[in-house]
Amino acid sequence: MISREDVAHVARLARLALEPDELERMRAQLDGILAYIDQLRAVDVAGVEPTSHAVPLVNVMREDAVVAPFPQEAMLANAPDRVGELFRVPRIIED
Amino acid sequence: MTIHELAEAYRRGETTPSAVAEAHLARIAALDAKVGAFLTVTRERALAAAAAADARWRAGAPRGPLDGAPLALKDVLCTKGVRTTCGSRILEGFVPPYDATVVERLEAAGAVLLGKTNMDEFAMGSSTEHSAFGPTRNPWDLGRVPGGSSGGSAAAVAAELAAGALGTDTGGSVRQPAAFCGVVGLKPTYGRVSRYGLVAFASSLDQVGTFARDARDTALLLGAIAGHDPRDATSVDAPVPDYTAALAGGVRGLCLGVPREYFGEGIDPEVARAVREAIETLRGLGAVTEDVSLPTTDYGIAVYYVLAPAEASSNLARYDGVKYGLRTPGAKDLIEMESRTRAAGFGAEVKRRIMLGTYALSAGYYDAYYGRAQKVRTLVRRDLEAALARVDVLVAPTTPGVAFRLGEKADPLAMYLNDVFTVPTSLAGLPAVSLRCGFSAAGLPVGLQLIGRALDEATLLRVAHAYEQATGWLARRPALA
Repeated sequence: MISREDVAHVARLARLALEPDELERMRAQLDGILAYIDQLRAVDVAGVEPTSHAVPLVNVMREDAVVAPFPQEAMLANAPDRVGELFRVPRIIED
Repeated sequence: MTIHELAEAYRRGETTPSAVAEAHLARIAALDAKVGAFLTVTRERALAAAAAADARWRAGAPRGPLDGAPLALKDVLCTKGVRTTCGSRILEGFVPPYDATVVERLEAAGAVLLGKTNMDEFAMGSSTEHSAFGPTRNPWDLGRVPGGSSGGSAAAVAAELAAGALGTDTGGSVRQPAAFCGVVGLKPTYGRVSRYGLVAFASSLDQVGTFARDARDTALLLGAIAGHDPRDATSVDAPVPDYTAALAGGVRGLCLGVPREYFGEGIDPEVARAVREAIETLRGLGAVTEDVSLPTTDYGIAVYYVLAPAEASSNLARYDGVKYGLRTPGAKDLIEMESRTRAAGFGAEVKRRIMLGTYALSAGYYDAYYGRAQKVRTLVRRDLEAALARVDVLVAPTTPGVAFRLGEKADPLAMYLNDVFTVPTSLAGLPAVSLRCGFSAAGLPVGLQLIGRALDEATLLRVAHAYEQATGWLARRPALA
């Protein structure tokens, strides 16, 4: 069973600020889904290669050609907060 | 009218792309308050494209059968200069600086893009109830869901608000709403269509697909969007056949596999009956059938709900309130800003999947969940590939039941289980199409699913076309005022 502490830890990793009631509801729902997923434990997977990709493609190469990048202004146009040509964010390090 | 009928009418000079675009925009204005298929209607862009198409048809030089076709796009495909929401608050204000490859290709073929359609937030859901902008309703019964996550595109085509549409399918998000809305929904082979400009959910599964009223229109749409794209390294570099030419030929001599696990307990008897009758119809047309077994079918959902959330938790890490979209003000540091922005911007289902995926990938659980699910994915894939080595096409129901009522599947797991017949194909990367094969007693469409070998969409469309020609199901239309 997944604990409330586990859920709080995962929420921190996922950068989701969950309210206390949301945390409890999430715990109960994850518990139900994980119990369902646990049926995979019964499958014999000894010697089975994992599939990470349905189509067998490896090392797709392309020409190392110079192409025009997106204009800086187009990339900054959607920023919720910016200063000149920079994205602005709250303080990251203490003074 | 269908896309091919419209092209014929343009050729004969009976109508024009502008007149047809105006008629569709008027129908959207009259009916979409009830259906809720569109999030954004791009009236000016549509009319400008239609006027250009008018001139080409008038000059006798159309770009092809899609020239002047009024189409809709699921709002997970980037459109330059047109807001793209993914059905989420977290992309508030986001206007993409580029078009998705599929959008470029449709416009190059002359298509008239009417607007962007509603969807479950970030394509996570099977009912289009998980949209931050409210649900879409099923044109056959407004008290029921259109399916999801591409519910807006499916409903738009069913309600004749658009002649065709694009959606995306990760675990059934084209085929399931196509079944619920009674239209043709095709999920191509993984890699057949470029994902460039498709906002990512689960990158090893996501694929752009089509909605149309019949197999012929599906062939036209697929032909326009399929093919290699250097901007998507996972797109397959294989020639694109002439899907329209491949429609002819019928089903005589084809071997159709009937997987017994798709007719077990839990399936609505009305669905099972309609699909069995469709199989009989195909036998009557000269196909041979063979019973096959896909013993790993029941593991599909469990595998999917490890892998897709794991990939989603990584893909959706980009929504951090810095580069685009929503930002919650007043945070004292960066982590608080990100955490509060994401809590405010994502809906409950997206949060649940991010949490599930983060948990499955976290230290101590990776092998037990992610590693194991990837191995069981191999077994699911092998099952389907072994069956398709013996038969040409698998025939099965698309969904266990017909469209359910809004609010009926409040429990997340109950919603997930609706995809039991579509998820295995996604895990294997194989193409599959859903088409109308009858109606329930209550008048709701039933979907027949055809599953094919990798890159063999042509055979699926050939079977679908033969079935359509032999049956009269397409004549029925929803009774929207």
